[in-house]
Amino acid sequence: MPTLAHYLIVSGLLFSIGLAGVLLRRNILIIFMGLELMLNAANLSLVAFSRFNLLPDGMPNYNGQVLVFFIITVAAAEVAVGLAIIVALFRAKQTTHVEDLNTLKF
Amino acid sequence: MQLALFWIFSLLMLLFAAGVVLLRNPVSSAMSLVMSFVALAAVFVTLDAYFIAVVQVLVYAGAVMVLFLFIIMLLDLREEKTRRVRLSAWVGGGLVIGGFVSALVQVISSLPGSGNTKPVVSNPEANDVALVGFTLFKDFNFPFQIIGVLLLVATVGVVLLSRKELK
Repeated sequence: MPTLAHYLIVSGLLFSIGLAGVLLRRNILIIFMGLELMLNAANLSLVAFSRFNLLPDGMPNYNGQVLVFFIITVAAAEVAVGLAIIVALFRAKQTTHVEDLNTLKF
Repeated sequence: MQLALFWIFSLLMLLFAAGVVLLRNPVSSAMSLVMSFVALAAVFVTLDAYFIAVVQVLVYAGAVMVLFLFIIMLLDLREEKTRRVRLSAWVGGGLVIGGFVSALVQVISSLPGSGNTKPVVSNPEANDVALVGFTLFKDFNFPFQIIGVLLLVATVGVVLLSRKELK
């Protein structure tokens, strides 16, 4: 049987892969995908904690799963707004490479 | 059996997540991310979180990734040209990630109860779709409505951002 530590380690590895995408890649869309991976890592550890801490009546603690539901909703809103910003940026500069975007005003 | 399934789906998830970071073509990255989300949904099933697994496939692997692919097609992104990589940036990023992973392993190994195996759900009425919905509308009613407002604000913001000329 997998233990809580298994799930937490996998979630941490997923988070670090997402962090690597944000830090090492220069394409703004890939950076955005890295952010999604990090949010999913948080979801995984929340669900793991909810399943491994049973309430006294023998049910999993569903507060964690409700929080995951909220995170998924916020992530969907974030993706919509972020992609709209990327499209506006692309219209102005014709690039998605972050090193070409080094001015605040254009 | 359960341990084997856990490892199969976790390794698939981590492999495809690594593909997102390593592949050069944005479309391959996006498809890799879809597979990673589907594998993560399977990992949620091993935690008996069926509702979250279904929402994960519907919202993330479905809606969010279709939006991503749509934008990639719209911007007509090709395979990235290989550019000169700055060594200092890679070393800095590698150090941050390595430090994070080692700190994480230390914290998890010292966490009390981290070696616990899954306790058996003894309550016969544990039905996660019904109970998550009940918790959502009873204990988390106010945050739920705030989320509704947030979605409305996001919709209006996206409409505003995608106008032809930004003032």
